[in-house]
Amino acid sequence: MSGAVDSGQTSKSAAAIDRARNAGRSALIGYLPAGYPDVARSIDAAVALADNGVDLIEIGVPYSDPVMDGPVIQDATVEALANGFRVSQLFDVVAGITARTDVPVVVMTYWNPVMRLGVDEFARRLAEAGGAGLITPDLIPDEAAEWMEVSDKYGLDRIFLVAPSSSPERLHRTVEASRGFVYAVSIMGVTGARSKVSSAAHKVVDDTHAAGAKRVCVGLGVSTAEHVREIAAYADGVIVGTALVAALRDGGVGAVGQLAKELSAGLA
Amino acid sequence: MTDKPQPPQRTAETATDPERTRKVAAAGDSTAAGTDDSQTQGTGAEGAEAFLEGRESLRGATGPYFGAYGGRWMPESLIAALDELEDTFEKACADPDFVAEVADLNRNYSGRPSLLTEAKRFSEHACGARIFLKREDLNHTGSHKINNVLGQALLAKRMGKTRLIAETGAGQHGVASATAAALMGMECVVYMGAEDTRRQALNVARMELLGAKVIPVAHGSQTLKDAINEALRDWVANVDHTHYLLGTAAGAHPFPAMVRFFHEVIGDEARGQILEQTGALPDAVCACIGGGSNAIGIFHAFLDDKDVEIFGFEAGGDGVETGRHAASITLGRPGVLHGARSYLMQDEDGQTVESHSISAGLDYPGVGPEHSYLADIGRVTYEPITDAEAMDSFQLLCRTEGIIPAIESAHALAGALKVARRWDEAGHTGAGRPVNEAIIIVNLSGRGDKDVATAAEWFDLLETEKVDSKTVTEGEDK
Repeated sequence: MSGAVDSGQTSKSAAAIDRARNAGRSALIGYLPAGYPDVARSIDAAVALADNGVDLIEIGVPYSDPVMDGPVIQDATVEALANGFRVSQLFDVVAGITARTDVPVVVMTYWNPVMRLGVDEFARRLAEAGGAGLITPDLIPDEAAEWMEVSDKYGLDRIFLVAPSSSPERLHRTVEASRGFVYAVSIMGVTGARSKVSSAAHKVVDDTHAAGAKRVCVGLGVSTAEHVREIAAYADGVIVGTALVAALRDGGVGAVGQLAKELSAGLA
Repeated sequence: MTDKPQPPQRTAETATDPERTRKVAAAGDSTAAGTDDSQTQGTGAEGAEAFLEGRESLRGATGPYFGAYGGRWMPESLIAALDELEDTFEKACADPDFVAEVADLNRNYSGRPSLLTEAKRFSEHACGARIFLKREDLNHTGSHKINNVLGQALLAKRMGKTRLIAETGAGQHGVASATAAALMGMECVVYMGAEDTRRQALNVARMELLGAKVIPVAHGSQTLKDAINEALRDWVANVDHTHYLLGTAAGAHPFPAMVRFFHEVIGDEARGQILEQTGALPDAVCACIGGGSNAIGIFHAFLDDKDVEIFGFEAGGDGVETGRHAASITLGRPGVLHGARSYLMQDEDGQTVESHSISAGLDYPGVGPEHSYLADIGRVTYEPITDAEAMDSFQLLCRTEGIIPAIESAHALAGALKVARRWDEAGHTGAGRPVNEAIIIVNLSGRGDKDVATAAEWFDLLETEKVDSKTVTEGEDK
């Protein structure tokens, strides 16, 4: 397990972050839910991210009880489910994106859909679709024994979260367990746009680096090019979700591409 | 109301695979086709064996795991708060001052010990068995919920938290939480499904009278599980000064063991009272199960009494075969929701299925993890009781004992009558004793004042009124 974070060669998401780093900037990571507003357009929107400067695509699995998500993402995923989204379509979405772009795709999922399908089966199908790994908002390393094993088996990244409330011991443990990058939650709260970046973000990134992480990306409450620029000064990657989902809702695929372009300009 | 799109009404998967069918078969009078009794139950056979051989006590399980259930399936942001809570709880349990403080509140505020009442006329319908009611309905605020909220509010104060948040379905736990907050001078915010705030407007008013703020939850399915989701979102954002006062023995560690601890007083009292009143332990203990807090509270004292059969009655809603129910153990599959691995009503994608029950307090698609374990090892038998069965017993208790039970508790009453009938058919109790010497304790977890409107509708009492006024009108015509 030790040194897993360093094994960038086998990690698609680490490679994407390193490419940005080599270009002298932080990586931009864009989140969109699978199946919103429908399967075809969720693929188009993700490809639009890739075409407009996003280094890593994060695809969310719509779930009935998304406790870490604010109203914008909740409403989008509720709509996807209401339109009949099935977990099997997640793999279609991932395959559809990876067929059209080399930008790697990680999947953000609450744990029960993975458990229900079977951790091995989920991982196998994700790897088959070309996915890079999983971001797991409600799975902590303490409960992740099976996922540790299975992610090794299929060469998938396991991106755990750290928070401003994480103790030094927990930071260390989570960094050890992670592969690809570590997802630093910028604030104590759920997803959603906020007017400014929390001052806690800088500290949690520094502490996570100090705990041994090579790549730390910051998410939650990041919605503007200004936020992106501010976080890029200290983090290896910046994750934008709610603002992109709102753009897709209000302006369709074109608006997603436009916003991604603006956000990536913050990194230039 | 929101005009946002609502999730589809996902129905529970039907009983087709052997594991599920077996559980349905074990649940008694299920209508699911096909059984497979050849397999032994679940993953905990070893635990059951150890228990039966007397090597292992089932009492005082501390978590985080109960067999394969429990744990902490929670966002990292909340782990520090759970650690702090666990630490505070453990220290408090070992602190005589804390134990004395809880005991004092139980006695002088809640009105404990609650009575154990023999239901003699109700027992006439129980094939000769004697039924005793553990009267949690007589506690302050009208249900067992007060035991847990007082304990947790004291812990919150010890942690220096000034604000309590809680979820509520029908409003019982919300009212209890608002009560504890008022008593201890804390701020209180209660999350309640928007649908429930309309159905339970009087309980919303009760909470507001007690100084709490009630926030209707209009996202997701707008029910209890969404109220919990919203409370968790609030907790993540305000955890530095806020305690989440979870109302049932579910959720992430340490909640299941902690909530049980505060409710153990129910079973401890009942065990002493039945010995005092009858000189014997009961043949069976019955309780209703939503998340399972009142049940685990009364079960706990009897877990190691091998000759005491223990029954938990889940909400069968319209009938388990209809898919409209809340029988998580009977028909659910293991999964994670709200922080614990436990039996869960979910579809084949792992999306939570909406539960249905006439009783809002049982209308939850999950169940506490210790119950899942006790089900797997066979120590407790879990069965569904339909809305109709519960309401028959509700009415029977009203008319034979002068006690209006909570509809939740009526599920336990119906279950007790069913157990007695089954014994009668077998000619003896599960332990081989004569039925006419059998003793059953039913946990009467709450009073039914809150359910009068629902009951009036169920029994067409409002319709009768209309008929009467029509009769009068007709009379005037003549």
